Amino acid sequence: KMASGQQWVLVEMVQAFYEAPAYHLILEGILILWIVRLLFSKTYKLQERSDLTDKEKEELIEEWQPEPLVPQVSKDHPSLKYDVVSGPPSHKIIVNGKECINFASFNFLGLLDNERVKVCALASLQKYGVGTCGPRGFYGTFDVHLELEERLAKFMRTEEAIIYSYGFATIASAIPAYSKRGDIVFVDEAACFSIQKGLQASRSVIKYFKHNDMEDLERLLKEQEVEDQKNPRKARVTRRFIVVEGLYINTADVCPLPELVNLKYKYKVRIFLEESMSFGVLGEHGRGVTEHFDVNIDDIDLISANMENAVASIGGFCCGRSFVIDHQRLSGQGYCFSASLPPMLAAAAIEALNIMENDPDIFTILREKCRHVHKSLQGIPGLKVVGEPFAPALHLQLERSSGSRETDMKMLPQHLLVCFQCLDRQIAVTQARYLDKEEKFLPSPSIRVVVTIEQTEVEIEKAANCIREAALAILK
Amino acid sequence: VTRFNVNQQMLNFASYIIICSCVNFFSPHFLLQNNHVARNGGMYKKPFVEYFEETPLLVAVLTYMGYGILTIFGYLRDFLRDWKIEKCHVAREREEQKDFVPLYQDFENFYTRNLYMRIRDNWNRPICSVPGAKMDLVERVTHDYNWTFEHTGKVIKDVINMGSYNYLGFAENTGACAAAAAEATQRYGAGVNSTRREMGNLDKHEELEVLVARFLGVEASMAFGMGFATNSMNIPALTGKGCLILSDELNHASLVLGARLSGSAIRVFKHNNMQSLEKLLRDAIVHGQPRTHRPWKKILILVEGIYSMEGSIVRLPEVIALKKKYKAYLYLDEAHSIGALGPGGKGVVDYFGLDPRDVDIMMGTFTKSFGAAGGYIGGKKELVDYLRTHSHSAVYATSMSPPVAQQIIASMKCIMGEDGTNLGRERLQQLSENTTYFRRRLHEMGFIIYGNEDSPVVPMMLYMPAKIGAFGREMLKRNIGTVVVGFPATPIIESRARFCISAAHTREMLDTALTAISEVGDLLQLKYSRQKTPSLEEDAYLESQD
Repeated sequence: KMASGQQWVLVEMVQAFYEAPAYHLILEGILILWIVRLLFSKTYKLQERSDLTDKEKEELIEEWQPEPLVPQVSKDHPSLKYDVVSGPPSHKIIVNGKECINFASFNFLGLLDNERVKVCALASLQKYGVGTCGPRGFYGTFDVHLELEERLAKFMRTEEAIIYSYGFATIASAIPAYSKRGDIVFVDEAACFSIQKGLQASRSVIKYFKHNDMEDLERLLKEQEVEDQKNPRKARVTRRFIVVEGLYINTADVCPLPELVNLKYKYKVRIFLEESMSFGVLGEHGRGVTEHFDVNIDDIDLISANMENAVASIGGFCCGRSFVIDHQRLSGQGYCFSASLPPMLAAAAIEALNIMENDPDIFTILREKCRHVHKSLQGIPGLKVVGEPFAPALHLQLERSSGSRETDMKMLPQHLLVCFQCLDRQIAVTQARYLDKEEKFLPSPSIRVVVTIEQTEVEIEKAANCIREAALAILK
Repeated sequence: VTRFNVNQQMLNFASYIIICSCVNFFSPHFLLQNNHVARNGGMYKKPFVEYFEETPLLVAVLTYMGYGILTIFGYLRDFLRDWKIEKCHVAREREEQKDFVPLYQDFENFYTRNLYMRIRDNWNRPICSVPGAKMDLVERVTHDYNWTFEHTGKVIKDVINMGSYNYLGFAENTGACAAAAAEATQRYGAGVNSTRREMGNLDKHEELEVLVARFLGVEASMAFGMGFATNSMNIPALTGKGCLILSDELNHASLVLGARLSGSAIRVFKHNNMQSLEKLLRDAIVHGQPRTHRPWKKILILVEGIYSMEGSIVRLPEVIALKKKYKAYLYLDEAHSIGALGPGGKGVVDYFGLDPRDVDIMMGTFTKSFGAAGGYIGGKKELVDYLRTHSHSAVYATSMSPPVAQQIIASMKCIMGEDGTNLGRERLQQLSENTTYFRRRLHEMGFIIYGNEDSPVVPMMLYMPAKIGAFGREMLKRNIGTVVVGFPATPIIESRARFCISAAHTREMLDTALTAISEVGDLLQLKYSRQKTPSLEEDAYLESQD
């Protein structure tokens, strides 16, 4: 009975073959032949064809000489020897064996050797040890991290925050998480190196506008609008972003945030704001450039900052609406594929936040000191002060910049000499360092002067005099 | 007519099943033999045994079906959410920005919304103690199927930790290392506030670099604050346009990012496959750059010591032989193998008994075996001098935190035996014993384990998507914390659970864990292996002597 049943189905199948339309049979036949071909074919290699004999190939392999792995670095390359700091880089810093007053570390609020912060870090060390031994996804999320994220979100008055274990990696991982190939990013020329690396990793189309020049930006946006009208379908899926910094590290001035927000709504572009230098510095409560200009924080899509300046810890964070930030938990490369921040450093950051919240006067004091330093450094022969009066990290550039990079570069050793002389006189300043060949728009050489809350008036006067004398001696 | 259609449907279905199994047939794990023994036996001083057992065909089919069903349900749920029949938990764009170009494509997040979200409770589990051999987990519950979590306030105590990268057990809050780190915190503070080239180069960093160079047996080394960034910031400094990078198929995201940022041409060779690598090298040198046929400026081979998703160890003797023959440069990323392999804990070079000077660039991280954070690069003095002047990290990124540097110094001295105790040697011994024991027992139980028999990273195959979630949850019920991984970190049908053995695990802990794994394995039918247990003496022997 089974056999007849099977036979019956077989007959049905054969009948089906006869009744099927020809094209359908042909299609199925081609499919089956294709499967058979796949089963038996070798994988297709691209460079298969070669007109060279084996002997010639061996000769080519013999002859090929690679370049040396790294080019030789001359012994007196200026960046080869680093200044060695013995002990903590605090207000009184010991550089190359000499005790100096620190005008070079970004310790704006003086939290580096704050006792409360150290006590919290020690308590955390005694509870958790040092390292986290895993990325956030695999038992590397500690309750300290969650607490720090909540506190940061509350402090900045946003919905959510996400922490990274390295300041540089923060914006460099955030940008490629949102901006992909084919998207357009408008960036200020003075953007810092980590933003440039983030842009490079994102493979998007990048358009630079002149530093703080809103007309130039508007021109680029208008051009883009014209492009969009030619191809509306593509325009509907191309995301656009503007990336700016709150306080630029290279030029120490502020971005015009209210105009940027206007441009955002006019041309439908999202804003990413990098606030490493302005977090904990600008604004009545230290919330950064949005508080400084009184802009609604929800108008900024993403704020990114590192905790290595005012907060005096290690790492970085991004904050914004959950809609934006949550995406980075699965696509931020520096978040998913890297070990999380050591808990003691997170605890130090939490305590720093506590201090910032309890005592908002420190921001006013810091701004006063910045103004004082800015005024004292005016009138140095040969050097001009670059930066806003309330910026804590100023640049001293050549007064008569020749405008060409080469001649400015030749003045480089003189900047170094000024720094050395200052170090000799117990004032620690440093030359602002850049990678000459890697920067897109290399800033002019300058000396970096950093203002911290721990500097006294006497020390500021002494520093100004010292720099003046060194400049007179060397740059005349 | 309907019966005709049904027959046609069955034919189509059958052809698709055949195509899927063909695709599976050609996947890398099928092509590797079982119990692969190294050829070129003369280069290896001891047996090199790696297992990559084939995926059983029925399991592969069922896994595809599982994903298919999940996808159908995903579409259904999206439809219900769009029509507001189901409550939508997904965060939405602001009202004022509704007419902006959408920030995410709906399709990009399909997987996250519909597959990942169902089993999300297996990842990002918060802990509130030292990530040692036993840890305390923060208990969390979800009332809306993993969209949001609430902390109940209770703590699950003494969960056996099979997930943290704690190979030598240095994740501890007591002992010499912790005391040294505490002292460093008291003296230096937590942060540094400046870059290496400006005012952030502390004496601690110089001390650390000298010690690392001595540990590895190289001329000089340089330390960085983040392991991921070590790769992504230094590979671009070493190669550029006109150079060729040959990278292993399964390299870590940081190596891939570094290679992409450098601007060099990238070619990928099959995982740990020396024939594939040799062929690429020959083709590259003979044919030169594409289209112009100019010779390549330099060729850099990127490999890892232990591949953390596969548990395999790189065939270093063969790679070095190839590199010398074809004059290429070798970049070895020892993130997981430093401290975990080798009689002295000095990594995969020590494990094979080779000369560290043969590896041009030795890179590694301090996160795994040293209980700290950060990365290093070691090599000849010219290399390190060049990196000191040209590395992106030295100029733009803050240097390593001093207590972290102190922890590395203390733990490294302990491993080398310079702290006056035998602790380092004991831990290395313990790790090696634990690894052998654990792998042997899992084999005996009948699970499919991947990787080299000496690697402390043990991936155990789960395959089916539902089993990923089930395994993680069942193990947690039995108080064991495991790590499960699925797509996209692994190929779609090869989801796995990954165990990281630590020197801090005692035999009792391993036995407890193994009992629980066996129990869950029976419950979920995970014992797929069809081989009898290979005994370690007979078929792990070298074949031909070259």
